Amino acid sequence: MHIDKLEKNWAGISLGIAGLFVTVILGSAFFHGIHAPSNVETIDSAKLHLSAEFAEDKLGVERNPNGSVTVRMVAGRYGFYPKDLTLPAETAITFRWVSLDVIHGVHMPMSNMSTMIVPGYVAQVSTVLHHAGDYPLLCNEYCGMGHAHMWSNIKVVSKAQWDALNTQGGANHG
Amino acid sequence: MDNAAEKKLALTHFWVAFGAFGLAAVMGLYQVIERSGFFGFLESREVYYASVSTHGVLMGFVLTTFFIMGFGYYVANTTLRLPVWNKTFAWTGFGVALTGVVLAALPLLLGQASVLFTFYPPLMAHPIFYIGATLLVVGSWFWCVSMIVMYMQWKKANPGQPVPLAMFATTANAILWLWTSAGVAVEVLFQLIPWALGWIDTIDAGLARTLFAWTLHPIVYFWLIPTYTAFYTLVPKQAGGFVFSDEMARAAFILLVVFSLPIGFHHLYMDPEQAHGWKILHAVGTFVVTLPTFITGFTVIASLEIAGRLNGGKGLFGWIAALPWNNPMVLAIILGLLMLIFGGFGGLVNASYAMNAMVHNTAWISGHFHLIFGGTTIIMYFGIAYYFWPILAGKPLFCPSMAIAQLWSWFIGMVIMTTPWHILGLLGQPRRIDSVNYNNLLTISWEPYEVTMIFGGLILVVSAGMLIYNLYKTHLGSESYQGEVEYAEPIHAVKDLPGYLNSFTLWNIVIGVFMLIAFGYPILQFFLMETFGSGRWGV
Repeated sequence: MHIDKLEKNWAGISLGIAGLFVTVILGSAFFHGIHAPSNVETIDSAKLHLSAEFAEDKLGVERNPNGSVTVRMVAGRYGFYPKDLTLPAETAITFRWVSLDVIHGVHMPMSNMSTMIVPGYVAQVSTVLHHAGDYPLLCNEYCGMGHAHMWSNIKVVSKAQWDALNTQGGANHG
Repeated sequence: MDNAAEKKLALTHFWVAFGAFGLAAVMGLYQVIERSGFFGFLESREVYYASVSTHGVLMGFVLTTFFIMGFGYYVANTTLRLPVWNKTFAWTGFGVALTGVVLAALPLLLGQASVLFTFYPPLMAHPIFYIGATLLVVGSWFWCVSMIVMYMQWKKANPGQPVPLAMFATTANAILWLWTSAGVAVEVLFQLIPWALGWIDTIDAGLARTLFAWTLHPIVYFWLIPTYTAFYTLVPKQAGGFVFSDEMARAAFILLVVFSLPIGFHHLYMDPEQAHGWKILHAVGTFVVTLPTFITGFTVIASLEIAGRLNGGKGLFGWIAALPWNNPMVLAIILGLLMLIFGGFGGLVNASYAMNAMVHNTAWISGHFHLIFGGTTIIMYFGIAYYFWPILAGKPLFCPSMAIAQLWSWFIGMVIMTTPWHILGLLGQPRRIDSVNYNNLLTISWEPYEVTMIFGGLILVVSAGMLIYNLYKTHLGSESYQGEVEYAEPIHAVKDLPGYLNSFTLWNIVIGVFMLIAFGYPILQFFLMETFGSGRWGV
C-alpha cells in the first residue's frame, strides 16, 4: 500500500481542523451554557386548553421570584399566542412553546431565540435579549397554506421601563 | 465488449433523471418569481406549495435516484467487464421506481400532497403519495442488490485483487443507500401509510422526525458519491493525468459511508424531542465526516495538478491555466469545487451546535442546500452526462461549445441565486414562505435580494434548457460515434491492498454498532416514556 507523505500530512492537518471545531463547539456547549432546546418533555397537544400550564389564562409572561421571566406560548395555525408581548431587555427569559396542531418553528430575527415546536412536546429555550426594539416572531417551518402569514410581535423594552409598565399593570395581561 | 443492452439500460435511467430535472427547473423559476411578490397575477399559495413539493421530490428523489442507478449499472459493466446481472431484475427495479414516481406525481400535481419532500407529519398527504414514494425507494433497492451481486461475482472470479475504484465507490453507495433508506422506510411503512389509510389514528411527530433524521443526512452522500466517483476516476483521465492516490480514495469512500450515517441529529438541533447529549454526539460525528471531503479536496486537486503539469503548466499556479477548461468534465469539477468551498463554509456554520440557532430554518438553509446540492453535486452530473451521452447513444455530442456555455451559466446562475438567499437568511427571512406578509420594517431590507434571485433563477432555467436540448439533439443525431468510458489510472499501481480497503464486511459491522449507539436509545425512548400522538391535519 502506498500513501504519499504529503497525504499523510494533509490527513493530519484535516484532523486538526476538525478537532479544533469540535473543541470550540464542545467548549461553548459545556462552559458557556449554549444549548439548543432539548428538554424532552411530552404534553398532549389535543388537550392544551385543559392543561395546568397552557390553558388560555395561563399564557404569556410570568415573573419569577428570582427576577427571571417565563413566557408560555402556544403556536397554532396561523399565529403565536398571545399575539403581542412586551419583554424586558437584559433579563433571563425562558420561553416554553407548545403546538396545538402541526409542526411549527419559531425564531426572533437578530436574536438566538429559535426552536422547533413539535406537537406532543414542550420546547424550552432560555435566552437574554440585549437590544430594545420591535421584533417579529416568525414561523420558520412549513405548516400549511398560511405558513407565510404566521407571525406575532414582541416589543423589547429596558428593564426599568418594563418594571414600571408592570407595576401599573397592563403591558402583559393576556 | 458487446454492451448494447447495458447502454440502453443506463440511457433510459438517465432520460428519466434529466426529464424530471427539466420539469423541476421550470418550477424553480416559477417559485422564485412567485415568492418575490412583484408579479401579483402569479400569486397563489396553493400552486406555490404544490410546486415546491414537486420540485423537491423531482430534484431530490427522482433526478438523483435514476441518475445514480443508470450511472451504477454502466460503471459496474465497464469496470468489472461483466454483463449487468439479471437484466430482467434490473428492468423490474426501473419499472417499480418509475411506477412509484408516476403514482406520487398525481397527488403532487393536484395539490393533494403539498407536504414538501420531507413529509412533515402530522400534515397529511394523499396515501398514494406515500405509496408512490415507497415504490421509488423499493425500485432503488433492486439496483442495490444488482450492484452488490456484481461486486461479489467479480471478487469471486478475482480473489485478492483490488476491486476497481469506481466500482468500489459504487458498491459503497449501494450499501450506504440500504442503510440510509431504512429510517424513512420504517417511518413510511409503520407510521405514515397506516395513518393515512386510517388504520391508526395518531402519529408521533417526534418519532417520525427522528426516523427521518436517520435518512436525511446520509441521503445527501448517496447523491454525492457519483460526483466524487467522477472526481476520482473520470476527471483525472479527462484532464490528461492520473489519480494521485487510489488508496486514499478508498479510505475517503469508506469514511463517507461509515460516518455519514450516525450523525443525522444535526437536523434536530432545534428539536425538543431529543436530549443535548445525543445532539452533541451527532455534532462531533458531523465534523468527522468533513475528513473525507478534506481528503477528497486534496487528492482531487493534486490529481488535477499532475494533469496540468503534464500538459505543460509551470509555476505555482500555471498548471491551473494548463488544464483543458473546454472539456465539460474538467470545467464541471473546477466550478463544482469552487461552489464546494463556499457551500462547505456554510455547512460548517450549520453543523455548529450554537451558530446554527442563528440560521436554523431561515432562507440561509435553502441557499446552502442549493449551492452544495444544486451546485457541486449536480454540475458533476452534467459533466458525466456530457461524457456518457455520446457513448451510450453512439452519437457525437451535438454541440460541445454549448455544453461549456451551459456549465458556466449554471455556475453563474447558482451564485447569483444562492448568495442573496444566504443573506436573506441572515436578515431573518424564514424559508419556504410564498409571500412576505409581516408588518415589520425588517422586510424592506429583503426586497433587493428577492429581485436579484429572480435573475439567478432565469439564468438557471435557460441553462437547464441548454442541457436538455443538447442531450436531446445528441440522441437524435445521425452521425455515429464509437467510444467507451475510460477510467483514470493511479500514479502508483495498487497492489497488496489490506482487506479493510477492499471489502465492506468489517465496515458493515462498524456501521451497525455506530447506528445502535447513535439511534438505539433515541428511538427506544419513545416507547419508554408516555407520548401523545397527533391526529390528521390537512394543509
